[in-house]
Amino acid sequence: MAAVPVACTQDRAPAPPTLAESRVRAAWLFLAPLVVLMVLVAGWPLCRTLWFSLTDADLKDLGAARFVGLDNYTGEFGVLRDPDWWRAVGNTLLFAGVSVAIETLLGLVVALVLDADFPGRSVVRAAVLVPWAIPTVVSAKMWAWMLNDQFGVINHVLMTTHLISQPLAWVADPSLALGSVIAVDVWKATPFMALLILAALQMLPTDCYEAARVDGIHPVTVFVRVTLPLIRPALMVAVIFRALDALRVFDLVYVLTSNSRDTMSMSIYARQQLVDFQQVGLGSAAATVLFGTVALCTALAITLGRVRLEGAAG
Amino acid sequence: MRRVLPRLGLYGLASLIVLYSVFPFYYAIVSSLKTGQQLFDPGLIPPQIQFDNYAAVLGQGVFLLDLFNSVVVAVVVVAVSLGVGVTAAYALGRVRFRGRKLLLLSVLGVSMFPQVAVLSGLFELIRALGLYNSLPGLMLAYLIFTLPFTVWVLTTFMRELPKELEEAAIMDGATPWVIVRRVFLPLLWPALVTTGLLAFIGAWNEFLYALTFTLSPEQRTVPVAIALLSGASQHELPWGPIMAASVVVTVPVVALVLVFQRRIVSGLTAGAVKG
Repeated sequence: MAAVPVACTQDRAPAPPTLAESRVRAAWLFLAPLVVLMVLVAGWPLCRTLWFSLTDADLKDLGAARFVGLDNYTGEFGVLRDPDWWRAVGNTLLFAGVSVAIETLLGLVVALVLDADFPGRSVVRAAVLVPWAIPTVVSAKMWAWMLNDQFGVINHVLMTTHLISQPLAWVADPSLALGSVIAVDVWKATPFMALLILAALQMLPTDCYEAARVDGIHPVTVFVRVTLPLIRPALMVAVIFRALDALRVFDLVYVLTSNSRDTMSMSIYARQQLVDFQQVGLGSAAATVLFGTVALCTALAITLGRVRLEGAAG
Repeated sequence: MRRVLPRLGLYGLASLIVLYSVFPFYYAIVSSLKTGQQLFDPGLIPPQIQFDNYAAVLGQGVFLLDLFNSVVVAVVVVAVSLGVGVTAAYALGRVRFRGRKLLLLSVLGVSMFPQVAVLSGLFELIRALGLYNSLPGLMLAYLIFTLPFTVWVLTTFMRELPKELEEAAIMDGATPWVIVRRVFLPLLWPALVTTGLLAFIGAWNEFLYALTFTLSPEQRTVPVAIALLSGASQHELPWGPIMAASVVVTVPVVALVLVFQRRIVSGLTAGAVKG
């Protein structure tokens, strides 16, 4: 259960320096295509986005972009002064926080069930993989149909069981839309969470469980005192991964509720400025702020991961 | 009784999990087999099985073309990622050199990228290369997420292989290229299948770039085709054909995932827990 980036610490057999040198040379040669491609599709476009965020670039004629300083960020029409942007930030944070919290809890439950030994376990495991395998766009459409206000099966069930007296507009009603988006995300992402937690559970040593059982300690106590602390590192990694993924949410929101302001995420806001309004400068500024947020979280996650690892080693 | 009750609870919970996971897809299949007025009756079993929706979707040549586009893009992206990934993973996983850690960190960093962060820069690049509204443009764009992922997972697999093999090959005077091809590649097949599958699914499902970098229906991939499938009027979505299209797109992926279950799970955990 190694964690986040660790350099390989294997010791190699002593070799004559010329051999080591030629190996290093070969290594760089092997890495050249990767480095070239990464610079081309990630490094360069990222730099261009940063540059565009400081210009008044227009999608129709990117070449005519003029430098405008921080206008796109703090200017009169800048992103940071746009209430819609802050609303998108709020939506995204709420979405990420709530969905990841629920996914962690549900994932834990599913993982514990999958870790138990019972006939038919493989069926449950296969079933759990289904939501993960379904393309996000498709799951959004499937749920949009089930959540349909007039003909949806969910309203139908709730009506016939008298839980609601009239059909609810799950994706159109401003007070329900974000909740619906979260519900679909929970359905889709819980398997990922469960599988990561399951992997951690299956690596736990069995001896302390034997000891606890011999001593007659209640299973819930064992779970809280033994299991949870032991899987916490893996749980943290899974949470961080999901959170980073949730912060950049696009497909699900776009397909389920399109450009509605009630559910707009930071990614949707950025793309709308960029493509729909053709304002590459503003869109790039929004994308840059999102990038900064995610980069900060990533840096934090990597640092935390390494600290934990060194702690474990020492 | 004290032993039966927890068992019963476990089975109850397990059935609930299966129902929750599978029901939406089941309901999509059921809906795709209903036509006309039947669609608006939320029964869980179609009164009669009709393939009209499938005929409607597949009858439009464009959807078949989009399906083909998706396959071509995903296959090329996987091939390039694996080709570049294997040699890079060898260098990152088995050779010690200065700057390796930094390189690994940047690979990891790129895989965390919000895709929208490079959207305008990528748009400019793709247009400058004359690849806008074309499949090669999408292939290029998809490398941004498949390549770091492939390299990362293959590196973790590469590290776990015993070093004795490589040492023996070095003693025999094999060059690094021969070592990769003759020693590691045969051992890496399972890892390649796993990573390739995951990269394929990633490319198959991608939406943001496909939506932004293509324009004409003939150049679309299936996620975009499904998202933009519309009926005669704007307010009346053709739910039957949408569900049929969804099933067509999903069945191959679900089948692949179920067949390669164990591999996929090991790949996911290698990419994330170890990542």
